[in-house]
Amino acid sequence: MQRFILRRLLSMPLVMVAITALIFGLSQQAGDPRYLYLSPYTKMSPAEWEAIGRSMGLDRPLVVRYWLWLSKAARGDFGESIAYHVNSLDLIKRSLRATLELAAVSFAFSMGIGIPLGVLSAVSRGSIWDYVARSFALLGQSVPPFWLAIVMILVFAVELGWLPTSRRGGWTHYVLPVVTLGWVASAPLLRLTRSSMLEVLDSEYVKFARAKGVGAWATIWKHAFRNALVTPLTYAAILMASFITGAVVIETVFAWPGIGRLSVQAALNNDFPLITGLALFFSGLFLLASLLSDIAYAAIDPRIRYT
Amino acid sequence: MVKGFRFMRRWPILPLFVLALLVVVAIFAPFIAPHHPLEGDLDKRNAPPAWTSGGTSRYLLGADYLGRDIASRLIFGSRVSLLVAGTVLGIGGIVGTVVGMTAGYAGGKVDELLMRLVDFTFAVPFIMVALVAAVVFGSSLGLVIILLAVFGWAPFARYVRAETLQLKTREYVLLAKVAGASPLRIVHRHILSGLVNTVMVLASVRVGAYILTESVLSYLGVGIPPPTPAWGSMVADGRDYISSAWWISFFPGIAILLTVFAFNFLGDWLRDWFDPRLRQL
Repeated sequence: MQRFILRRLLSMPLVMVAITALIFGLSQQAGDPRYLYLSPYTKMSPAEWEAIGRSMGLDRPLVVRYWLWLSKAARGDFGESIAYHVNSLDLIKRSLRATLELAAVSFAFSMGIGIPLGVLSAVSRGSIWDYVARSFALLGQSVPPFWLAIVMILVFAVELGWLPTSRRGGWTHYVLPVVTLGWVASAPLLRLTRSSMLEVLDSEYVKFARAKGVGAWATIWKHAFRNALVTPLTYAAILMASFITGAVVIETVFAWPGIGRLSVQAALNNDFPLITGLALFFSGLFLLASLLSDIAYAAIDPRIRYT
Repeated sequence: MVKGFRFMRRWPILPLFVLALLVVVAIFAPFIAPHHPLEGDLDKRNAPPAWTSGGTSRYLLGADYLGRDIASRLIFGSRVSLLVAGTVLGIGGIVGTVVGMTAGYAGGKVDELLMRLVDFTFAVPFIMVALVAAVVFGSSLGLVIILLAVFGWAPFARYVRAETLQLKTREYVLLAKVAGASPLRIVHRHILSGLVNTVMVLASVRVGAYILTESVLSYLGVGIPPPTPAWGSMVADGRDYISSAWWISFFPGIAILLTVFAFNFLGDWLRDWFDPRLRQL
């Protein structure tokens, strides 16, 4: 187990380097980045133009330029954002809070919906509740999130006027983004809970508990549920990471000032110091979450062995 | 009521009907569509659907901000969705299956290397790469297909590898090996045939995700470039008119929802039918 964790931790920086190199390399294909930094009205001589190019490392090959970025990034300096003229890391830190708040509430919402509905669906297998719960999950998997957001804005903000249409603010601002994000995310959670609950309900010890005369409620929640919870819980880390990196669309629709919206703007501006920094952050977060989920899986279920 | 649900669950009639309709509509789009999808009548800007007050029967589902018939654009948009989904599924499915079989059967260093590549693909922030690539190279249908295919093969590789690891310990595979069959022949004749179910289930589960992802890219403005009608960008078209002309955004979203729902429903059904073990996919 220690060896497994160590190996994963060692391979993490490699993957992150590969991903940032991909993004950096792509963004450099857009042409001379000096045009992005300077306004077209700046007066300058060819010599100054060349000097700026040299200071940006443009006279050197792409690999060297990436290496320069990487060696700075390793020391916490992601470079100055082209569009905002401040350090990219500060920008990311500033936007992170809004995203984390939205992610935390959406996480609680999707767990609160997905897990109970999954249990309900498994326990009442084949009944109308099972179909309702599974349809809810199937719909959540099939609905385009941006459209769901627009339709909810139309109904609850424009027509009924109950909730604000966008931006950050009091608790009412959270309702629409959280429901959109949470519904979509609760679908896989519901399915995981349902299938692992079905497996446990079919096991010998649950049958024994039933035969012993333990009540239905106690069988389900005390005996079956605790064991069935393993799979959905190990998925939780990945779910949380997906809320932080995957809120791109929702943050765009609701004008939520988080890192998802920041990354769309950065990409559209071809703000490569910022976008590469964001890619480093996103991939690191994803790798950490999937490692955590693997460790949690092995820690809870001793039958799982990693080598 | 429950009986009706059960019947539909047993036989996926409704989703099959929706998908068949979609294919027919996509193929015969020019004959079905009442109007040209790109030419609008500026006098009829934001004309409401036929059944609402002020609507005309000329524009069944209303017209968009350039006076283009929404129904006709939806009909032509089905071509984009099916083309993207079909091509990506073909490329991603084949590449993923070949990689997965190779990794699973060869094992050792090859397996290690290919699986690290799969892990890498999963860790890449896809939307971000897509955004940057579209800004740098300019958005196009080809770019969307390439992007989806480059990142869409990995789930196939992962599941096919797991299945291959099991299949290669089966007796008939071992016997074929003893009989002197070459690795290529074993993989081709004995492993591949055992993988058909897994790949089919995966394909039906993935195809909805491809359509959804394409629509997200088109919505963000980095998918299918205008004026080509794509459902995702049609939703985006109506964003600014949501309080005055809801139909511009509403109907394309319904089209995406219905299509993806039909594919996912079919995928669920195939999974239960072929292999209940794949329930967690």
